[in-house]
Amino acid sequence: MPYQNENDGFEVIVVGGGLAGLAAAYILADRGVEVLVLERGDYCGAKNVTGGRIYLNPVREIFSQLLKDAPFERHIAHEEVSLFAASRSLTLRYDGSELGDPPYQSYSVLRAKFDRWLARQAEKKGAMLATKSRVDDVILENGVVKGVRAGGEELRANVVIACDGVLSLVSERAGLRKDIQPQYYAVGIKEVIEMDRKAIENRFNLEGEEGVARLFMGDVTAGMFGGGFLYTNLDSISLGLVVSIKDLLENQREVIVSDLLERFKQRSEVSLLIKGGETVEYSAHVIPEGGFNALNSLYGDGILVAGDAAGFALNIGVTVRGMEYALASGYYAAQTVLHAREKGDYSRATLGLYRQLLEDSFVLKDFKSFRDALSVLNSPRLFQHYPELLGNILRDLYWIPPGPKDRLYSTVRRYLGVREVWQALGDVRRMSKI
Amino acid sequence: MSLTTGLKSKLGLNVFKESSKFHIRIKEGKEKDPRLQKAVLVCPAGLYSQNPEGEVVLSSDGCLECGTCLIACGRELLDWEYPEGGSGVQFRFG
Repeated sequence: MPYQNENDGFEVIVVGGGLAGLAAAYILADRGVEVLVLERGDYCGAKNVTGGRIYLNPVREIFSQLLKDAPFERHIAHEEVSLFAASRSLTLRYDGSELGDPPYQSYSVLRAKFDRWLARQAEKKGAMLATKSRVDDVILENGVVKGVRAGGEELRANVVIACDGVLSLVSERAGLRKDIQPQYYAVGIKEVIEMDRKAIENRFNLEGEEGVARLFMGDVTAGMFGGGFLYTNLDSISLGLVVSIKDLLENQREVIVSDLLERFKQRSEVSLLIKGGETVEYSAHVIPEGGFNALNSLYGDGILVAGDAAGFALNIGVTVRGMEYALASGYYAAQTVLHAREKGDYSRATLGLYRQLLEDSFVLKDFKSFRDALSVLNSPRLFQHYPELLGNILRDLYWIPPGPKDRLYSTVRRYLGVREVWQALGDVRRMSKI
Repeated sequence: MSLTTGLKSKLGLNVFKESSKFHIRIKEGKEKDPRLQKAVLVCPAGLYSQNPEGEVVLSSDGCLECGTCLIACGRELLDWEYPEGGSGVQFRFG
């Protein structure tokens, strides 16, 4: 009797009502599986933080119906990247009809709103949601996960899906996590700044529900690996920084991360953008950015791991992505459970299908393609030297001296000596790994 | 406004729900560990500071539950768990 629940508990327990967990619960409930979601916050999204934006193309097909009515903020129709040096900046803007016409590839998003909505969709399909429920431990019998302990209760299940975020205490207890290494993690800190909708649209030249995504590199992180971001929401701006925890720990100037954000806000280029707005929330979260090499074990006997808990976030410089991987890994975890349920077997061998599904999807393909991204991108030359160099060249090109102006070629040539070009070629060669 | 008061007032904007006990503790005897001193730099809520005796002390007001201190210091130095269900920070925007 494969469908019978041998444990006298639930068929499936999902730990964590974020994107991965809710995606899994939504799919499973839709197929008639009894699934309980345990969320430690007052509501889903209460403990979640994103920068943030979500890219839809990779998950459009698997969640075609679901995402149609999702409460996104603005579709991103304008991209800007700025290189900051101490007292100047240089900005590149990318927009036009290929970004501004539907289907839109990415949206700004606020998690408290989005996750609560997603939780309702899963509940409508029949998933059970228990909020304010912290999971304290897993029930392990002979190395097999048989459920979880929460609030003094034993909750048994055929299979547990650990979607409890980047620190994943559940997969740690199940023995699936690697040792913590600070170089594989970044901290994101963010303010949500409320601003009148019309003021946002006027200030950023937005038409209707268009939005802008801006990235800032260089001096904003005091040259440490990371960057700043700004996303326009409907009635607010998300402004923040992502910084490598290892670089922060080793920074000789003893720069404090919260001061970095204050200094970033005080930059004239930034303060003008948020002028008149009112900060309504300050949040922070660890981001797994170690990529393929830092991924934790994805499954064990009676357990699957999805989303940030597995390490599914990817920093490739111009994009830092996590939410699509969370949704997709939740989806594939659910598919794996459906298969295991069919067989009536939740052993490690059967659950290994999860790895295969992820290998065949964009999830692990991306992680393999970009497995060297962190080591290639984490170079002070990218975050200090090039912003400075480009700024110097631009300054001299724009500079009109009291006397005669240098020829353009010699202006540029001055900065691009043999040594510089040689080193730049080396950087390009390293870049070829990603 | 100094950066520190700026941080305090920012934390005051968040919704926090009280819990019966604080969920992070510095392990006994580790208060002067040099790795712990680095927590001062990385905690976005500024909860870690060094007292005149050179010990790192931890304030329990305004924790964002981000996990940065755990990544930086590890379980060797910190007893770290999430606050009990329904307590701690409750993000309204996230």
